[in-house]
Amino acid sequence: MYRMRRWVVRHSRAFEMIYRRFEPVLVKLAPVWRRLGHERIEAPVRSVEKAVKGALFDCQMCGQCILSDTGMSCPMNCPKSLRNGPCGGVRANGHCEVKPEMMCVWVDAWEGSRQMKHGDRIHAVQLPVDYRLEGTSSWLRVVRQQDGTSSSTAKSETTK
Amino acid sequence: MKFDDEPVPGYSLPILPGHVSPGRLERVLRAGKFAVTSEIDPPDSADPAEVLKRAAIFDGYVDAINATDGSGANCHMSSVGVCSLLTRVGYATILQISCRDRNRIAIQGEILGGAAMGACNLLCLTGDGVQAGDHPQAKPVFDLDSMSLLEIARAMRDEQRFDSGRHIAVPPRIFLGAAENPFVPPLDWRPHRLAKKVAAGAQFIQTQYCFDIERLREFMLKVNDLGLLEGPDRVFILPGIGPLASARSARWIRANVPGVHIPDAVIARLEGAENQKEEGKQLCMDLLNEIREIPGVSGAHIMAYRQEHTVAEIIKATGVLEGRVPWYPGRDDPKELNPESSEALLS
Repeated sequence: MYRMRRWVVRHSRAFEMIYRRFEPVLVKLAPVWRRLGHERIEAPVRSVEKAVKGALFDCQMCGQCILSDTGMSCPMNCPKSLRNGPCGGVRANGHCEVKPEMMCVWVDAWEGSRQMKHGDRIHAVQLPVDYRLEGTSSWLRVVRQQDGTSSSTAKSETTK
Repeated sequence: MKFDDEPVPGYSLPILPGHVSPGRLERVLRAGKFAVTSEIDPPDSADPAEVLKRAAIFDGYVDAINATDGSGANCHMSSVGVCSLLTRVGYATILQISCRDRNRIAIQGEILGGAAMGACNLLCLTGDGVQAGDHPQAKPVFDLDSMSLLEIARAMRDEQRFDSGRHIAVPPRIFLGAAENPFVPPLDWRPHRLAKKVAAGAQFIQTQYCFDIERLREFMLKVNDLGLLEGPDRVFILPGIGPLASARSARWIRANVPGVHIPDAVIARLEGAENQKEEGKQLCMDLLNEIREIPGVSGAHIMAYRQEHTVAEIIKATGVLEGRVPWYPGRDDPKELNPESSEALLS
């Protein structure tokens, strides 16, 4: 929902803290996820992730979440799917070139990142999306990466 | 400017130490000369003569010619097609690739194909949305964005590999460019976004139309503060300018062309003029004169859509080339003349 996701951006600092607490818990539970089997839990985790992040961020389930690098404004809501900043078509009022009724996702991202502790992560160059991961759980992917194990459902991660 | 190792038309120049491309644009910029680029509006036609005719208009006034890639999301002859025709007679071209219409497989193939045809300058663009053009029903691709396109092109050149990691036998020797729009929100982020583009591989920048000199000044100050204009990895900035045909057309552009910021004062100036077309040209010359004085500016990119014949006049009147005559077919040897040039210059 548009209004919800804009509210989240205005409170990006709080969400950054929530994420910073939430992620280590997920990773700590790695043995549990492993025992249950990533294959088996992928579907339920994905549904929960989609429901939560969909409601909060209008998450598009790209499978490689970079919300904490983009001021908690999901770049996949950009009609051009830009992951590295705004295009040159932003309107004078900060709205989107393609959808004039919508605030530019990146104008919001810039505002959001300025409130965040690690807001300077917005300056990092993001690699292009790996479309094989579309629709998969970003949370479980983070767990696998941090845990250093990879299960068979981990479709070969970007190697770069 | 003639380089003593200037080859026959269509052949690449030797690559100098510290340079990445065999092209004239990089040489002019690294030599510290004020560079001028302009752009061809690719024809809605498969006629090669039309392309050569459109290029001849700029003979002797521009260092490189951009061939736009479906600009405004409208269908025209492809950029790589236009560049290939132009490099065959020796013109320096800037190949434009927009991320709107092709995925990473097609784009990387095009970079190699363009480089093989002698198009040794590449402008990496995101592209206008499809809603802006004549095919709003088309699928917007945007597999890459301008930043990841730069990164991939840089790796193809410097690391001799595709994005997949697969080896490239002979890498594309290309001078990498990108666009920036210092005139639209978020204004305070724009210099940082430029820094990001430079980090991704951009070596020259052509900006969106500048009609607001103050915004450009502020932008250039910040770009300089970020240290982007020094060292071997420095970036060369060519602000975009162009003549407005009338106050009415300025209003139309402001309302309909994404990303063009035209202050009210500019429109008022045109409105108050007796001959609006002349005033538009004069305004463009005034802007060029101011732009060349801004520290850190390396040249200008003149976009004179449907007024291409005014480019020569604007360059001549402002004297930005300081007596330099950029190479064109036939400059040094009449035998090398662009076959369409006499016709183009008469019409």
